[in-house]
Parts: sequence; structure tokens; C-alpha cells
Amino acid sequence: MNTAIELRGLCRDYGERPALAGVDLSLGRGESLLVVGPNGAGKTTLLRILATLLRPSAGEVRVFGAALPGEAWKVRGRIGLLGHEPLLYRDLSGRENLRFHARLHGLRGDGAEARIAELLAAVDMERRADDRVAELSAGMRQRLAVCRCVLHEPELLLLDEPDSNLDAEGRALARELVGPAEGRTRVVVTHDPERLLSEADEVLRLSTGGSAEPSEAASR
Amino acid sequence: MKPEERSAAPPLVQSAVAFRAILGKDLRAELRTLQSLPAMALFAVTTFVIFRFGLDRTQLSGSLAAGVLWATLLFAAILGINRLFVAEREEGGFDAIRLAPIDRSALFAAKATALVVYLVAVELVVVPVFALFFLDSGAALPPLALVLLLADLGLAATGTLISSMAVNSRARDLLAPLVLLPLVVPLSIAATGALEPLLAVGGPGYHRFGSWLAVLGLYDLIFLLVGYATFDFLLED
Repeated sequence: MNTAIELRGLCRDYGERPALAGVDLSLGRGESLLVVGPNGAGKTTLLRILATLLRPSAGEVRVFGAALPGEAWKVRGRIGLLGHEPLLYRDLSGRENLRFHARLHGLRGDGAEARIAELLAAVDMERRADDRVAELSAGMRQRLAVCRCVLHEPELLLLDEPDSNLDAEGRALARELVGPAEGRTRVVVTHDPERLLSEADEVLRLSTGGSAEPSEAASR
Repeated sequence: MKPEERSAAPPLVQSAVAFRAILGKDLRAELRTLQSLPAMALFAVTTFVIFRFGLDRTQLSGSLAAGVLWATLLFAAILGINRLFVAEREEGGFDAIRLAPIDRSALFAAKATALVVYLVAVELVVVPVFALFFLDSGAALPPLALVLLLADLGLAATGTLISSMAVNSRARDLLAPLVLLPLVVPLSIAATGALEPLLAVGGPGYHRFGSWLAVLGLYDLIFLLVGYATFDFLLED
């Protein structure tokens, strides 16, 4: 099966307010989808449904063939989420946080330590890796969050404004880890589509109220 | 690391790994920040001081001693229960754990175990203080430890369940005790029933002691099973 994500009539309501209203989409493995739209259009809601963190109100969602939410257990561990929050404990160091996440994903021993060291070097965080997360700047936390997101080498990356808080150097380093690559399926939410359009295979435009225009092939 | 190099442990072992990871994370964070333990211990000791002067008694025995000890420990425990899931809620731990390919009951088991560790640590400090303030001798302390351990297990199971629900509410500091206290009435009856003969005048007695221990054990079993069976659903959005 070459389809990574398939959505049919996806709806999600928060009480009376619709966040997503009938989204259809098909994204192949290894492709990148850019999700754009104004605030409140349901971009983050879409990402959280794909991450198995939120249940759809109606419609069909399949990730790598698994129907969500019922078969979510089949795809957890194959997904990396980089959201608004870094998902790091403030009272632990960056390295301790990454060790914790590594163990949750079944990575252990020397292999896990080597992977953590490799990622910390990739985002230039080796010197501050043993400082408590609470003592780090927002940009440094985002670099660690990028490490956490790709630690277990997920096949599907869900990226919500991945450049948030990053300086030019941080953006370049993060791009190496979460940018387009062979076999890596990506869903990227952004308010800055012009800069990321060249990396996208498909574009999904959401509007306020969660309605979606049919996804279109990006013109690279 | 290639996927085939990852731990291929069966689900049960994987849950044990997740349990140790979450428990280790919680204990490390508590040792580093001391957000719960000192507050729980200080609350309990202060309450004993208030009882000592409020009751104007230097000796307590029987049901009064059991009631003072258990009520103090219960309200001190609520301080820890209120904070049990705060980091998970405020720092994204719930999402991180829900994204991982683990049995979520590992989170319940780890949190309940962390709470038992907190309660035992607090009791190691405050029960001797209670004995110093109110008891003739320390002869009751060894069997008393068994009662408290069984009571701690039940309190941890119930407290973990309630805390995981209350943490999503803005009124969590009010909600947790309001829901928890009615649920621990049977536990409180059994705990004080078992403590009463141990703290009797003239040294520990064992009248109906075994029966009360059995009730405590049954309560623990029921709420540990309820927690195991329902926790996965409580974490859903």
C-alpha cells in the first residue's frame, strides 16, 4: 500500500463549533503535504487527529492503512509530532528528556545513547544538553523538541510551525532532521507557505470553520 | 538505529520498560524539585501540633488516636494527589505518552507506585512524630506499618484515578478532594478499624485485626483493577 494518509469526510466539532468540516485527502508515502489557513481553521486539530491524540467526530481517517482511532495502536511509534508545545519536562535536562522518550519508544542501551548524542550534535545542543529544560531559551527547547520528534525515526512527521522560535542557524539544522527526505512522509502546518511551498508535493487549504478546498499538487 | 535494532520485547516487557521510565522520571523530578514531599510532611506535622494543643492531650489511644493519625495522613496525601499529573498536563507528558507505542496502564501503575513511594516516605517521617507526641511506646509501630502500607496502596490507586480526571479541570484543587473523599470512606473505615486495637491503652491488641486487613486488601484489589481497566479510556480526548 503506497498511501500514507487517507481522509474521507473528516469532521471534528468542539461542542457546537466545527473545527474541521468534511476534509478529503490522499497523501502517498514519502510525500510532503503543506497545510495552510488562517487562525482557527483547524490545522492543529487535523494534526492532532493524525497523531492519534484526538478523535474525529465523523468521517474516515486512515494512517498507513490503519483506521483511526480504533487501530491507533498500529501506528503509534511510527509517528513523530512537533507541535506548539515541546513535550519536554522542565525539571529534567534535555538529555534526560530524550532518554525518557527513547525508552518509551523501545530504544535502549548504547544504541539509544548513540542516537541521542547524534541528534544533540545535529542541532548543536551538546554543551547545553545537561541543563534543565527550564533554564533553556525557547529556541533551544525547540531544537530539543526536534530531536524528540525524530528520535525513534518515525515514518510520518507531523510538524506544526516547525520553525517556531528558531533562528536562521536553528532552522537550517532542524531542516536536516525534519526536512524532506526519501521515505519520509510529512504534514507541515505553516503560516508562511511561500517559504515552504518548494518542499511540498500537495497543499491543503483550510478556511475558518474547517472547510477545505480540494488538495492540490504544489507547483515546485 | 535501524528499526530492526529496536527493542523487540513483547508487550508485557515493553510495559515494564515504560513503567520504569515513567516512575524513574517522576522520582527524579521530585527529588530535584521537592514540590510534594516537604509540603505533605510539613502539613502532617503541623496538624499533629494543632491536635496536641487543640485537644489539650499528651496521650491518645484507641479510636481517637487512629482517627487523628489516619485523617492527618489522608489530608496530607491529597496534597500529593493534586500534583500527581500536573507535569503531564502542563508540560505535554500526556501527549508524549499517548504518542508512544505502550500500554497506557503503565502510566497508571507508575503514577500509583510513585504515590505509594511518596506516602511511605512521608509516613517514615511523620509517624515517629505522631508516636513522640501521643503514644506511650513504639510497640505498635511494626504492625501499624503493615496497615498503613495496605491503606497507602488503596489510596494511591483511587488517588491516581481521580487525579488523572481532575487534572484537566481548572478547579482540580477542589475537584480531587471532593470526588476522592467519598470514595475512600470504606478505606478509612477499614484503616481506622485496623489501627484502633493497635493503638489501644496498654499496648497493641489484635481484636478483628485480620478482618480489617482483609477489607483493606479487598479495597486495594478492587481499585487497582478498576484503575487498570479504565485508565486507557480516561486518557482519551
